[in-house]
Amino acid sequence: MTATMTDAPPPAAPKARGEAGKRSGRSLGQILMIVAGALLLVAAVRVITGADQLTSEGQVGAALGLAVPIGLAGLAGLWSERAGVVNIGLEGMMILGTFGAGWVGWQTNPWLGLLCGIGFGVLGGLVHAVATITFGVDHIVSGVAVNLLALGATQYLAKLFFAEGKPAEAGGNPKQSPPVDSLPHVTVPGLSDGLQTVQNHHWFLVSDLAGIIGGLITDLSVVTILAVLLFAGSWWLLWRTSFGLRLRSCGENPVAAESLGVNVYRYKYMAVAVSGGLAGLGGAFLALVTSHTYLEGQTGGRGYIGLAAMIFGNWRPGGLAMGAGLFGYSDALQLRNGGTTVHALLLLLVVLLVVLAGWKLYRSAVWQGAVSLLVGGLVLAWYLLTDEVPSDFVGATPYVVTLLVLSLSAQRLRMPKADGMRYRKGQGK
Amino acid sequence: MNKLTSRIDKERLLLGIAAPLLAIVAALVVTTLVILATGKNPGDAFSDMVTYGFASDSQVYILNKATTYYLAGVAVAIGFRMNLFNIGVDGQYRLAAFIAAVLGGALTVPGWIAIPLIVICAMATGALWAAIAGVLKVTRGVSEVISTIMLNSIATAIIAYLLQPGKLGQLDQAGTLVSTKPLPSSSYFFSIDTGPAGVLWGFVVIAVVVGIGYWFVLGRTRFGFDLRTVGQSDTAAAASGVGVKKMVATSMIISGAVAGLIGMPTLLNDSHQFSNDFPAGIGFTGIAIALLGRNSPIGIALGALLWGFLERTTNHLEFQGYDKEILGVIQGVIVLCVVIAYEVVRRYGLKRQQQRVGAELAAQAAAPTMKQEVA
Repeated sequence: MTATMTDAPPPAAPKARGEAGKRSGRSLGQILMIVAGALLLVAAVRVITGADQLTSEGQVGAALGLAVPIGLAGLAGLWSERAGVVNIGLEGMMILGTFGAGWVGWQTNPWLGLLCGIGFGVLGGLVHAVATITFGVDHIVSGVAVNLLALGATQYLAKLFFAEGKPAEAGGNPKQSPPVDSLPHVTVPGLSDGLQTVQNHHWFLVSDLAGIIGGLITDLSVVTILAVLLFAGSWWLLWRTSFGLRLRSCGENPVAAESLGVNVYRYKYMAVAVSGGLAGLGGAFLALVTSHTYLEGQTGGRGYIGLAAMIFGNWRPGGLAMGAGLFGYSDALQLRNGGTTVHALLLLLVVLLVVLAGWKLYRSAVWQGAVSLLVGGLVLAWYLLTDEVPSDFVGATPYVVTLLVLSLSAQRLRMPKADGMRYRKGQGK
Repeated sequence: MNKLTSRIDKERLLLGIAAPLLAIVAALVVTTLVILATGKNPGDAFSDMVTYGFASDSQVYILNKATTYYLAGVAVAIGFRMNLFNIGVDGQYRLAAFIAAVLGGALTVPGWIAIPLIVICAMATGALWAAIAGVLKVTRGVSEVISTIMLNSIATAIIAYLLQPGKLGQLDQAGTLVSTKPLPSSSYFFSIDTGPAGVLWGFVVIAVVVGIGYWFVLGRTRFGFDLRTVGQSDTAAAASGVGVKKMVATSMIISGAVAGLIGMPTLLNDSHQFSNDFPAGIGFTGIAIALLGRNSPIGIALGALLWGFLERTTNHLEFQGYDKEILGVIQGVIVLCVVIAYEVVRRYGLKRQQQRVGAELAAQAAAPTMKQEVA
């Protein structure tokens, strides 16, 4: 296994310059400024292009629903990578979650299904933990194996549990569980209707804000609320308690943590188990909230996307939530008359690229500035020469956005120092 | 002859075989338990798999399947040898096969020109698609794991967009299947008719050539040595004058070029067109097979044959009243057990070595004192 050993840190993570020393990156004021700027820009693009779907309540609501499983997968990745275990098995753990939720959910009630989804995810996480922590297998190799095993096991079990007898009468088949009852949804009373009317006036900025807020408070699944709480809770637990400090120390420098009396194995095991549970919850969300049934292949690579969202968010919950929102938004575009909306977003891309080019030229990075300007010009030409983006490409938007964002920002990212590296107890002696 | 046998360390050889054996035994045990849990007889299932798997028509089928899988395994292994996870093999081969099929359908030249052109086109497409990830990694520091996953999905979108009637695709007579224009029969690759057992794809020859090339380049050339050095320690490689970034980009491109070959056996020997039921997901199979074969040219071949065997025989199990979905369970368990077994055996070997060296050193230290006493 010489080829896949990772005793040395991977070369792909150069240290960020200068800014790495600062703790949280940006202050609250700066973040608010960026958000306000982005809102203004989007509102302007909407008014210019007339693509009202850009900030409509339906669009934002759909985006939120699609962002939750990606966000949960990303949060799962965050837990495990903060403890130094790369978890590419998230996809498999999500698959286990969808199956667990569908299997128990249709027989009993969706709440037990949710729990069972989490439980199955934890099982997947423990398999990954045993392979990587106890046996020291390369993390990516083990993750790939977990994905394979989870897919195989659920396909086999689905055939066994859903294809014949009572489940088949209730609507199950080898690729699908019988339908599960809905989990409750919440709408903030009174507010939603008012926001809807404001939005329909299509005023600059005001309607955009109304649409976005309306989308965030209308017809919320309880699991979405749970996910938001989990985000806040994870941030508090990992960055504001001694437990979190110890857990993160296992991901930064396990030998030092060990020398201070931290049981590194135990923390890593806990982190990967939690990670599996969160991924399982993400899968359960897909099965119980998005589609009300277990469907083969319904995760559709969201585990990987979640991982990308986490890297996009620089291994921090806030950035991760933003990344998940971005993916959810572009996913939602595909469902809702995406062609024209993505077409409008091309204009947004042009503006961003021109601003970037200006910034690079100002910083006298002529080469990068010129490339940004050239790409901006090409996108502008595309925008002017066509009326909408073909629907096949709309589906690819999140992936292209990920690639673009990562290629623009990857050098500023800082992963936990010992992430993905093998650790043996007592190796520091 | 003596020299040859002395070069082979018996213990290392034994340890090398122990890991895959351990894994397969573990997988057998797990599969047995799974079948037992469903209340059926595992013994019958295994004997059916063996008798059916060694029938001559099955063997031809397995060889054909293994040809594709072998190429996939090698493509992934090239990346693995230098710690690159080319998860994008899947997108690379699908895009390559699609573009090559379009080219092949459009060509009207004789076969001896068309076939090399198609193959080169496929390799170039795969290499270009992989190069995006390679360039992003060396210039922008983007992890190849994430970028290749994204590129897989983008490749899917591009193919879905172009493979439509009126663009590069056409509808078949039944009106259900969209495909590229079929290759002219002059562009079919040669195949060997083995009579009732079926037709053996000629591309197996190319797969063997690729395997030999892989062994030679990695094991017997300066380039291969550099590549493996970067894989083991990029700082050591840089210190000895190897351009790490250049090596990363190059090996990504070579991996992509080999990935471009994966679709060729199917395209040139079997389907002769790229349709929306062209086999997908072989890139991920390649990852499993490269892990199984421990990146060695012979190991990958054994892994590819094993995968072909499992696929053929579990499909047949359906007729004996078993569920063919057991295939996924067996494959997953084998891969997981293999990676763990390699690690356990590696650690055991390391411990043995340390003990032996320790014992030798102790003996050396003890020897002079004895001499002194005699003197």
